[in-house]
Amino acid sequence: MTSASRRLWRTSPLTYIALVLAALLSIYPFYYMIVIGTRSLDSINDVPPPLTPGGAFGDNFGRVLDNDAANFLTGLMNSVIVSSVVTLSVVLTGSLAGFAFAKLRFRGRNILLLMIVITMMIPTQLGLIPLWGMMQTLDWYGTLYAVTVPFLVSAFGVFMMRQYASQAISDELIEAGRVDGASTFRIYWNIVLPALRPAAAVLGLLTFMETWNSFLWPYAILTPENPTLQVSLSFLSYAYYTDYSQVFAATAVGTLPLVLVFILFGRQIIGGIMEGAVKS
Amino acid sequence: MSLSATTAPPSNVTPPGSEPPRRRGHLLNRLDLKYSPYLYIAPFFLIFGIFGLYPMLRTAWMSLHDWDMIGDNSFIGLDNYVALVKDDYFWNALFNTFGIFALSTIPQLLLALFLANLLNSTLLRAKTFFRLAIFIPNVVSVAAVAIVFGMLFQREFGLINWLLSFVGVDNIDWDGQRWSSWTAIATMVNWRWVGYNTLILLAGMQAIPKDLYEAASIDGAGPWRQFWQITVPMVRPTLIFVVILSTIGGMQLFTEPLLFANGSILGGNQREFQTLAMYMYEKGIENLNTAGYGAAVAWAIFLIIALMSLLNFLLVRRSAK
Repeated sequence: MTSASRRLWRTSPLTYIALVLAALLSIYPFYYMIVIGTRSLDSINDVPPPLTPGGAFGDNFGRVLDNDAANFLTGLMNSVIVSSVVTLSVVLTGSLAGFAFAKLRFRGRNILLLMIVITMMIPTQLGLIPLWGMMQTLDWYGTLYAVTVPFLVSAFGVFMMRQYASQAISDELIEAGRVDGASTFRIYWNIVLPALRPAAAVLGLLTFMETWNSFLWPYAILTPENPTLQVSLSFLSYAYYTDYSQVFAATAVGTLPLVLVFILFGRQIIGGIMEGAVKS
Repeated sequence: MSLSATTAPPSNVTPPGSEPPRRRGHLLNRLDLKYSPYLYIAPFFLIFGIFGLYPMLRTAWMSLHDWDMIGDNSFIGLDNYVALVKDDYFWNALFNTFGIFALSTIPQLLLALFLANLLNSTLLRAKTFFRLAIFIPNVVSVAAVAIVFGMLFQREFGLINWLLSFVGVDNIDWDGQRWSSWTAIATMVNWRWVGYNTLILLAGMQAIPKDLYEAASIDGAGPWRQFWQITVPMVRPTLIFVVILSTIGGMQLFTEPLLFANGSILGGNQREFQTLAMYMYEKGIENLNTAGYGAAVAWAIFLIIALMSLLNFLLVRRSAK
């Protein structure tokens, strides 16, 4: 680097101050959730407000478990089940279709792909009311089918996998598989799927987060008896709006799995989001 | 180059002795090549067709009826839409949605542009840490965010009122008035999305050739000028993308105002923060006998989103010339 460009790219202390401030503001409400969730109810109204975690988490969380209105454990279990099933399915169906669109020739390929891209732009809310009616007809109201089955596939997933497959997998690799006499599905399973692993991981993480955090549809179609975690949290906060220790202990427990996933895979998630942005 | 052409040779060189099983394999092979792709894309089209596309089209159909979820329905043409135009609650929801949208999108994008520019400097240390930290709010669920901020914005013991008391502001009843409830809800939205937008804009900025900046620097342009005359114009396509994404999100705002109102779909006593999505829910799902009207609200939201996206696209394009 020349000295001029070195001067140009030097980072001023003000930059760090601004970034540290932004980082603190980003993390603080989350930290606050932990502080309140681990403190006894009466210490919450202290002035000045408490800044460090306390030791009352067990007590608070015990009240969450005793709270029959929210069914927190059921919600937690349901969220694990629904998010896992949806994630697995979106990754499998997405990679299968993405592989077909990227590497196989068939009639109508381009127009079908275009249809998928167009559907990505239509908000799901548009179909909400009839979907609600359909669930009544299918007798799925209040069941996990209602929050799982409609989300087993994702247009974004298909599109993302297609983009990745067309770059990451050479035609020669697939031809080599054919020469060895492998069927198309075998090629997918033994060659394509392993090669798609990085993109599949990112898609899986994004899908898991989205499903875990989805609110509107589960709220509309599930009952307090059989909620997902987010629905359970909402009922907890309506009924016990004064017992913030309890609510925040539950919110922290419900958020922690995702934050752990994020700490472990944050780089990949961020890489995937930034990459997706450049391509689109 | 087509795959079927390249896979033909192997079957030609098979020894003549093993004809019958090979021929069968050959046929299967051809069927596999020709039809299996449809099998692979079928799950998407099947599930999306039933649970995605069909309900959307049905929404349009329902909106032309006096639809009652219990079973009664009669065709009334565009009457629902005519009623919508005269419906004060609809205009109120539209007004609220736009108000919260303006309060969230504008500061959000300016802040994201600013932070992305900071994160884009090449000699910055701890880049990954800052990226992760700024993105963390997006990982936290909307429900959790709304609950936590609901407490921060409490009237009596809320942290924000406590902080404001130092600058001499009296306790604000955040969910009691229009401007204050909009501000509180916009804050939740901003907190959750600034980091996400920062990363998307940062990705766009990293695609800008570095020598542009060096040339500008040699010509004597300071950082501020470089930001406005190189970074912002060059990042324009990404900016359009981010603005359209925020528009779609903003027009569908639901969870934050709902939880801020403690689960009331009306959004405050005077509906001062009821959004369009909440109004759709009120008409289409909470009241089963107005499902047709709710469907009309849903289509109105969709049309507004489409119109706004187009408008944004044209505006951003024109302003940059």
